[in-house]
Amino acid sequence: MDVIYIMWLRQLKKYFRSKSRIVGSLGQPLLFLLAFGFGFGAVFKKAGAGNYMQFLAPGIIIMSVLFTAIFSGIDVIWDRQFGFLKETMVAPVSRFQIMLGKTLGGATVASIQGVIVFVLTLIVGFRPHDLILLPLGAIVVFLVAILFTSLGIALASTMEDMQGFQLIMNFLVMPIFFLSGALFPLEGLPKVMDIIAMLDPLSYGVDGLRFSFIGSEAVFGMTTDMVVLFLLAAALLGIGSRLFERIQV
Amino acid sequence: MSYNIDHGNVITVSNLVKKFGDFTAVDNISFEVKKGEIFAFLGPNGAGKSTTIKMLTTLLHPTQGTVTLNGHDTTSDKNGVRKSIGIVFQDPSLDDDLTAMENMEFHATCYKIPHNTRKSRIEEMLRFVELWDKRDELVKTFSGGMKRRLEIARGLLHHPAILFLDEPTLGLDPQTRNHMWSYVKDINEKEGMTVFFTTHYMEEADRVAERIAVIDHGKIIATGISSELKAKTGAESLEDAFLTLTGHKIREEEASGVDRMRMMGRVWGGRRR
Repeated sequence: MDVIYIMWLRQLKKYFRSKSRIVGSLGQPLLFLLAFGFGFGAVFKKAGAGNYMQFLAPGIIIMSVLFTAIFSGIDVIWDRQFGFLKETMVAPVSRFQIMLGKTLGGATVASIQGVIVFVLTLIVGFRPHDLILLPLGAIVVFLVAILFTSLGIALASTMEDMQGFQLIMNFLVMPIFFLSGALFPLEGLPKVMDIIAMLDPLSYGVDGLRFSFIGSEAVFGMTTDMVVLFLLAAALLGIGSRLFERIQV
Repeated sequence: MSYNIDHGNVITVSNLVKKFGDFTAVDNISFEVKKGEIFAFLGPNGAGKSTTIKMLTTLLHPTQGTVTLNGHDTTSDKNGVRKSIGIVFQDPSLDDDLTAMENMEFHATCYKIPHNTRKSRIEEMLRFVELWDKRDELVKTFSGGMKRRLEIARGLLHHPAILFLDEPTLGLDPQTRNHMWSYVKDINEKEGMTVFFTTHYMEEADRVAERIAVIDHGKIIATGISSELKAKTGAESLEDAFLTLTGHKIREEEASGVDRMRMMGRVWGGRRR
């Protein structure tokens, strides 16, 4: 238990100490909110789909959670580069505890990032539909954070260095974001896009958060969203720790 | 010199082999280290030193053979081994974004040092390496020598039976180097801690080590006390003995993935730090 806590605490301390990283990581969501939110707002309204900023905000919050979570997981590579991984690998504690502490820490950091972006959306005009449903949104955010931090650790465990990083960004993280319905409604899409969106884990996060935040009809249903996110988070936590255990420094 | 007093063996390596594909990095080596001994493990670059140390410290699985440390087998009882050893790695292994104190606390937690003695033990060790005044400063502000001292303090924190030092004095000035060895010898004498170290400085091995093993091309080619190695090769100094044993040819070591990435990190210039 102590080990999980100290790993968690380490992630948080590192996050709060890198102020430039926090500020830097707010640039992208802000740009997306301004460019898309205001840029497509008029068209969206004309199409009779309502207020685009309201629609977009949950998607952008989930986006920042996705990116922060993946990076927190991929951190393992930096630990390897700067040698700290060896210190944890020779310690007489189970690999699973180390991995779990790191995942919870990364997921907490990603969730905090989500909260900061949430505040940002409030500033640009987003208004949550029902305050009572906000805690539900928080659960969705945390599940998404756990899922993608574990994925990051799983990927990092199989990588020797940063060579494959660009590949992961372009062929995994970006598609997961863009095809999830974070930016557009999932209704009335071509069949292929429909199937892809259904296979994209992030779609369920976006759907769940949109339901909690703006009271929109959940495309997959809130229960489905929660169950899928929970199962995937658990599965990736398992896979991540298996791969993490196999790391040889 | 206490090497000839038989306290029993604290490290027993038998028929140890490590293969990476077709390449045999460690080729059927066997040796023992006695309890309380200061043991030097020497060899040119790429001879198999680091691979052996990694197997001894549970970081790599041997292809064949067994290693017993302080009564624990390195493959079947990893945690038993891990509790028994302290390590100062060749490359820094501190978290630069944490303070000296936080690095020590992290270690203390991982090694389950009881809460009631934790604070005092950390203070004792930080004072021992003269870093107590710097305890709340981030490690990234430390010089190379200070980092090394902190790593030694950390490696000793949990009273290990065996201390591994992998080229601990690389890049240190003579003052720091001398200091470091006086700490280590001090604990070696006071607590009977065994020390297993590698170095490229032959005069250092000559001065500090009670017994020496020389490895080359994955095989142990000589063991004994310094004077035995010199007598065996008819050399004046340990350096000459070493060169006679291992030849004058310069060894090339292929850069590992980590080395390559360290380079990349430098090029990207503190993306994260």
